Amino acid sequence: MLKYTIQRLLFMLLTLFIIIGMCFVLIRLLPPPYVAPEDPHKEVIEARREAMGYNKPIPVQFGIFLKSVLTEWDWGISDKMYVGQDVFGLFVKKMPATVIVNLYSILLSIPIGIILGIFAALKKNTWIDHAISTLTMVVISVPSFVYAFLIQYIFSYKLGWFPFLMKSGTDYFTWDMFVSMLPAVMALSFGVIAGFTRTTRAELTEVLTSEFMLLARTKGLTKTQATVRHAMKNCMVVILPSIFGNFIGIMSGSLIIEKIFSIPGVGQLYINSINAPDYPLFIMITAFYTSIGLLAGIVVDISYGLIDPRIRMGSKK
Amino acid sequence: MDKNYFEHIPKEKFEFQQLDANIHDKKLETKSRGYFADAMIRFKKNKSSVVAAWILMFLVVFSIVSPLISPHHIKEMNSTYVNHPPFIKAIADKKWGIFDGAYVHESQSENQKLTWEAIGKETGLNPIIEVVDTTIQKEKYRGRWRDVTYYKLENNKYYERGVVYRTLAYEEFKNLVKFQDETGIQVLYPYVEPKDINDIKDNANIWYQVKDAKGTPKLDADGNFIPAYSTNQEMADLIPYDSLRIESDPGNYIYYFEKSGAVHVRVCYFNYYQYEQWKVDGEAQEPMYIFGTNSLGQCLFTAIGVGARFSLIFAVLVSAINLTLGAIYGAIQGYYGGMIDMVLDRISDILSGVPFVVVTTLFQLHLAQKVGIVPSFLFAFVLTGWIGMASLTRKQFYRFKSQEFVLAARTLGASDWRLMFKHIFPNALGTIITSCALVIPGVISSEVSMTYLGIINLQEAFGTSIGTLASQGQTAMTSAPHAMLFPSIFISLLLISFNLFGNGLRDAFNPATRGVDD
Repeated sequence: MLKYTIQRLLFMLLTLFIIIGMCFVLIRLLPPPYVAPEDPHKEVIEARREAMGYNKPIPVQFGIFLKSVLTEWDWGISDKMYVGQDVFGLFVKKMPATVIVNLYSILLSIPIGIILGIFAALKKNTWIDHAISTLTMVVISVPSFVYAFLIQYIFSYKLGWFPFLMKSGTDYFTWDMFVSMLPAVMALSFGVIAGFTRTTRAELTEVLTSEFMLLARTKGLTKTQATVRHAMKNCMVVILPSIFGNFIGIMSGSLIIEKIFSIPGVGQLYINSINAPDYPLFIMITAFYTSIGLLAGIVVDISYGLIDPRIRMGSKK
Repeated sequence: MDKNYFEHIPKEKFEFQQLDANIHDKKLETKSRGYFADAMIRFKKNKSSVVAAWILMFLVVFSIVSPLISPHHIKEMNSTYVNHPPFIKAIADKKWGIFDGAYVHESQSENQKLTWEAIGKETGLNPIIEVVDTTIQKEKYRGRWRDVTYYKLENNKYYERGVVYRTLAYEEFKNLVKFQDETGIQVLYPYVEPKDINDIKDNANIWYQVKDAKGTPKLDADGNFIPAYSTNQEMADLIPYDSLRIESDPGNYIYYFEKSGAVHVRVCYFNYYQYEQWKVDGEAQEPMYIFGTNSLGQCLFTAIGVGARFSLIFAVLVSAINLTLGAIYGAIQGYYGGMIDMVLDRISDILSGVPFVVVTTLFQLHLAQKVGIVPSFLFAFVLTGWIGMASLTRKQFYRFKSQEFVLAARTLGASDWRLMFKHIFPNALGTIITSCALVIPGVISSEVSMTYLGIINLQEAFGTSIGTLASQGQTAMTSAPHAMLFPSIFISLLLISFNLFGNGLRDAFNPATRGVDD
């Protein structure tokens, strides 16, 4: 298990290294953003570029980049959007908004999703099951900006319950802030709820038809007891890893939702850095997103083994 | 017995056993069914998928037909009718409450209502469809309380524009007069000099005498407007005007005003629009926007069709390329196994770690100027899109490659390539086809997200796209919800029906996985 984990982590680092390398090379092949002669920051930017090796061959530039990242955790400074500011510092400042909104969203949607899934599985092939399954299908298919529009139009505009956009400021735990986050939280939740409903339903229907469930009933457990003690436990083998995966994923946020509700988070920073374009910021957040994606994959895989020791990790298939 | 006895049997010793007799084998009464026919029957049993298939077909036909039958081209952008609701005059006249360009104004003052009524009086196109609600409020005005009435009005946004100023060259003006004569549509309305209406220069809709600089109308004893039309013949003697005159014209109103080598006119925009159409097509067409217009003044009916065309063609193209690449890659992985499999697997692992936004952005930065936006977008999809397909094919190959029929074919000397694609691949085809139908909606949905975020902008290359339309609609969501609603409905229906259809196909082709969603 440990060996497998270490293997996976090492491979993740390798993958990350290759992806960042490719991204870096492709970015540095482009001409750096133009600095106007009258720009007050011109000298700083040019000195900085000189230090980053803009006039040297690209492999050397990559060496300089890696060295500064690994030794000083210096990801460069923003050269377009927030001129002269440390990229990593900017990123850290944007982090809380994303994490909080996404955290609320999954805290809200995981229980609802699982309960709906259980409900559908227990009432399999009744109208409740069909309704829930069809709805899940529909919700998963519809793009998130459609929910955002419906929520903004109905709740914010017609009913006036919530503000259109997230409140600016850093008082993340006040009531006003919470209310202003709710539309974004709701818009994010639809997809997650549907995802969990679908997984839970699929897993639970499979478990409910297995023979040990029959045995549990024969030995005298009621249906509820059998479901809670035997079926749910087995079904958690699949659900828990995906919960872990979701918790890792809260940091990356949703580009579209953050743009619509103007959440001052990582996703919006990323979109802005693409449109600006602000390359150091872009490379930094790319590295972040890539590592989050890879990490979530590893956590999901390893947690399978942790939850259910029968699933042997690292063995040849 | 020696064997020659059997070899040389004379011909006449043979006779037909049952030349006249009936053969008692029973003929098969049912038709034999192939794999696909079987799947088709199973598919038809799944009602929701069949409905989805029909909706899908309708949407595809819509995307092909709508830009063809629409009176508006995608490049046509009307700068006046921006974010206007759906409107078809023939239906609006019937007062069914649909396609009437209706827009609800909350709490409008008495004066505002009067100016709209004035537009209706002058042009004959009354913007006020219905007074939804009237509220009377007590307000303090100059130290005294008085009742102020507020109206909630449902207006026709197309008529509301009323009369606008235009400055035309002499030729253009003559052309316009010719249009009036030919069609009998009143475009030009008598000129009103600003000096007669309290020097208001920016509101062409005022044709009546006013009390103040805000344009409050002065009414006569019966509550009617008092016209303020100019009769200053000196300013309008260059081109004799003998075209249509408005009803109340005693004959001396002027219909244009000379202004430094051109003429300044008041035109009713609704009819001026018809003139502009007439200039292009030789036929007067009333404004008709079946889905309304968006923030650029494009016809949404056309724009959705154009965007959907792009989405569909693009998704099919991407899926086809990805499926081919993935199938070949997966086949090689699965067939050879071992070291090759491992190396190729690591490559696809690394590629699958790259977030899609990053790929799109990088390709956009590097390739868009060399090969164009659409091809670079396509490459971005292809770079990571085949991985899912490859792993699926690989699994199927592992399943089939050790079976006897493969061994038999190999014994007969079949080459690797032949074994892969003639013997193993057809067996895996069912699984592969079904996943194909679920790949397309995935591609559409990522494409729409990218265009929505503005990372990809197809407006120059392709006119528009659904994502672009939706993001344009989002900006004016409260004043023009239709501009967001129609693209949203379209894309939601498309994705839902594609997914339902795909699920139905999968269940039909692999009955074993029925009901298992993954």
